[in-house]
Amino acid sequence: MAEHVTSRKVYFLVFAALIVLTVVTWLVAQVDLGWANDVVALTIAVTKAVLVLLFFMHVRTSTRMTILTATAGFFWLVILIGLTLADYLTRGSSWLPVPGK
Amino acid sequence: MASSPLAHGAHHHPALAHQFDTMEQQKESSTLGMWLFLVTEIMFFGGLFLTYVVYRSRFPAAFLLASNSLNVLLGGINTAVLIGSSLTMALAIWAAQVNWRKGIVIFLLATIGLGSTFLVIKGFEYHDKFVEHHVPGPNFNFVEENPNVHIRQIAARDPNLGRHASIFFSLYFIMTGLHATHMVIGIAVLIVMVVLSWKGKYDARYYNPLEMTGLYWHFVDIVWIFLFPLLYLLGAHAAR
Amino acid sequence: MNTSAAATPEPTTAETAFERPNYLNAVYGVRSWLLTRDHKRIAILYLISVTIFFALGSLMAALVRLELLTPEGDLMGPDTYNRVFTMHGIIMVFFFLIPAIPAVLGNFLVPLMIGAKDLAMPKLNLASWYVYNIGAAFTLWAIFNGGVDTGWTFYTPFSTNYSNTYVVSTALGIFITGFSTIFTGLNFIVTIHRMRAPGLTWFRLPLFIWSTYATSLIVVLGTPVIAITLLLVGAERLLHLGVFDPKLGGDPVLFQHLFWFYSHPAVYIMILPAMGVISELVAAFARKRVFGYKFVAFASVGIAVLGFLVWGHHMFVAGESVYAATIFSVLSMLVAVPSAIKVFNWTATLYEGSISYETPMLYALGFIGLFTIGGLTGVMLATLGIDVHVHDTYFIVAHFHYIMVGGTIMAYLGGLHYWWPKISGKLYPNFLSRLSALLVFVGFNLTFAPQFVLGYLGMPRRYWSYPPEFQVLNVLSTAGASILGVGYMLPLFYFIWSMRYGRKSGDNPWGAVGLEWDTTSPPPTENFYTMPVVTQGPYEYNREEVHNRLTQEAPLG
Repeated sequence: MAEHVTSRKVYFLVFAALIVLTVVTWLVAQVDLGWANDVVALTIAVTKAVLVLLFFMHVRTSTRMTILTATAGFFWLVILIGLTLADYLTRGSSWLPVPGK
Repeated sequence: MASSPLAHGAHHHPALAHQFDTMEQQKESSTLGMWLFLVTEIMFFGGLFLTYVVYRSRFPAAFLLASNSLNVLLGGINTAVLIGSSLTMALAIWAAQVNWRKGIVIFLLATIGLGSTFLVIKGFEYHDKFVEHHVPGPNFNFVEENPNVHIRQIAARDPNLGRHASIFFSLYFIMTGLHATHMVIGIAVLIVMVVLSWKGKYDARYYNPLEMTGLYWHFVDIVWIFLFPLLYLLGAHAAR
Repeated sequence: MNTSAAATPEPTTAETAFERPNYLNAVYGVRSWLLTRDHKRIAILYLISVTIFFALGSLMAALVRLELLTPEGDLMGPDTYNRVFTMHGIIMVFFFLIPAIPAVLGNFLVPLMIGAKDLAMPKLNLASWYVYNIGAAFTLWAIFNGGVDTGWTFYTPFSTNYSNTYVVSTALGIFITGFSTIFTGLNFIVTIHRMRAPGLTWFRLPLFIWSTYATSLIVVLGTPVIAITLLLVGAERLLHLGVFDPKLGGDPVLFQHLFWFYSHPAVYIMILPAMGVISELVAAFARKRVFGYKFVAFASVGIAVLGFLVWGHHMFVAGESVYAATIFSVLSMLVAVPSAIKVFNWTATLYEGSISYETPMLYALGFIGLFTIGGLTGVMLATLGIDVHVHDTYFIVAHFHYIMVGGTIMAYLGGLHYWWPKISGKLYPNFLSRLSALLVFVGFNLTFAPQFVLGYLGMPRRYWSYPPEFQVLNVLSTAGASILGVGYMLPLFYFIWSMRYGRKSGDNPWGAVGLEWDTTSPPPTENFYTMPVVTQGPYEYNREEVHNRLTQEAPLG
């Protein structure tokens, strides 16, 4: 069975990238960009998570089943948050005025 | 894959469990099992992230001010510490793959050390919050005792500021507390792995438990990767 | 299903199956059971545990129905009544309905049906039984100390701030037992993916495996959310970390979102395995391939996925926005479609089948009818306009009991009766078993059909007293419950009786087709004497033989 042995160099590079991204996210947070702050912070966080997933957790060299499993997990989280926000974001909405709502 | 008769004289790796036919089948099974468990962890923490999103959108000012009272430096150091521990964890597995028994132990010990450092720093942070009366409950006091004049001014206009801030702190403690609990469990597992690795149980042919421990540890790191900006960096741009 | 010539099981007569070691007599002693790794023995351990909890939950139900015989609250005080119906719900949902079919029938059958020696993780399997019992112990402790009065739904802020009962220990018990379910789900998914016999492709799997797989997906994705929700309730109660407290700005509806995100898919955890059982029963007792196999298989996965998108239909009147309510209403109607597909396909399987009315088939036929009623009333409830009026009335109670009792419990009993010879190697008395099935069917309908009317007329649920004009229907309901109770108790007696005195069944008393029937009854510990190799699809009943018999005995048309 072929074992994918990731080299130490790759691990150190990923580590460096993660540290750099952490510093970047801290720096960007010092500036008030309004709603963009959240977008940038989340984008950086997702990037860091993907780096950890692909390289430290070996998803890059994993079976399709593993990739599908990991994807499904995050997708389900999106469902949980997204559909619940469908409630919270539309409360007190004036698109279709309904008495009492 | 040929069907294997039960009464076989074939030579099997000592770590091959009886219900499996090959080591590869066993490795794929345990890896898939661990990933499925991580999916449950995603949904477990997911409920907390949902709660955070809902209340953050409802009380943005309170969340911003409450977040400001957290120690970004300590949080940042902890982030780096945890990322470092993920590096050492990955290197422990590399050591197994190249049959370097001592290396496995060294890197696992480093992981434990970094993880413990994280928890110690966390302990200091919790202590600070306790002293500042930012722990929700009967002693909670965010507005009246707050040295920051700014906050008292805002509270004059928004009488609910303190209460909404307490929701932030509740989430802070629950989310970081749950995360810390996962780290404690991870460290306990790592200690077991150190002992077994020292005894030579793992090598390039068989290191499933190390791989699975690593997956768990990296996942806990990913949770923190999201917790740090969401909890600590919210109000970093606002005047203190 | 044909196995290759080299893998035919050693022929056994009914007698010799018991002479050679099988999983029951291979090792004796309490330790050999409590420390077993054998999935079949673990299934029996679960059978004992869930039966005990079913009895406890039924006792609670009996107390509820006794109280409701009269309009006044006279049997017990209102607080006690709250605790009784709450414990009925908690015990039945978390400690019986969710584990029963997967942990008993699933554990026993999954490796057999896929030609494996055991599940992928046998030690985890045993651990899951112990975890179940640890969680059960916490809940039992709470029960013996007066139970909980919040309703099984634990709505905040009552459960977090005002209830004076053992909320935390009950929640902890459910939290812990949730891990038991997760471990089982993990085990099934890995096993079905990685340990199928050679030649056993996905579309040759029995539909019970497809259902179990879909159920396990729900378990893995949904159960953690109830875990975190209960943790938050505990944190709020114990540590004053208030997140749902309106006084602090918290939103009780958020609790409901989190709670129902799991608890709605949970009902699919309860029904999907039952549907899997019915597919097997219908095929075996119509001696015919299940019609539209692929549709049924995909419908199982479809139910699992769609089931996660509908939870808001429990909160139409709770305060969620009308837009969210509309979205959830439409999605809820969609989720009825795959269930309906299954009902149509079972019916089509019966058509031109060679039907025999053995006890398992009686339960299966009962299921199809009762599940249809329960499901249709579900579509009614998905309709916003109707739900606004009948929410929190007995209409809802009747709806979910039709599905959970008329559906899941009947399928569970049908499955037990079908696979009992495989599990024990014995046969149970035919007359008594059919009588029980009849009592269950009649008793069930008498109990719950009046409740649809009661709800429609406006009787609220969870009420300890009611206006006198509702008494007749309530009395009918209680009468039905007593008949139902007798119907449930009989199998307990004759199953145990059969283990000692029952006739030996032989390997395949039903003449059914399936890998589990290709080994002895009871099976050896390693499941098969020779591991099977699969060359055909499932349910390969000999159509020509059936057709000839049909045309000879009863000309069609």
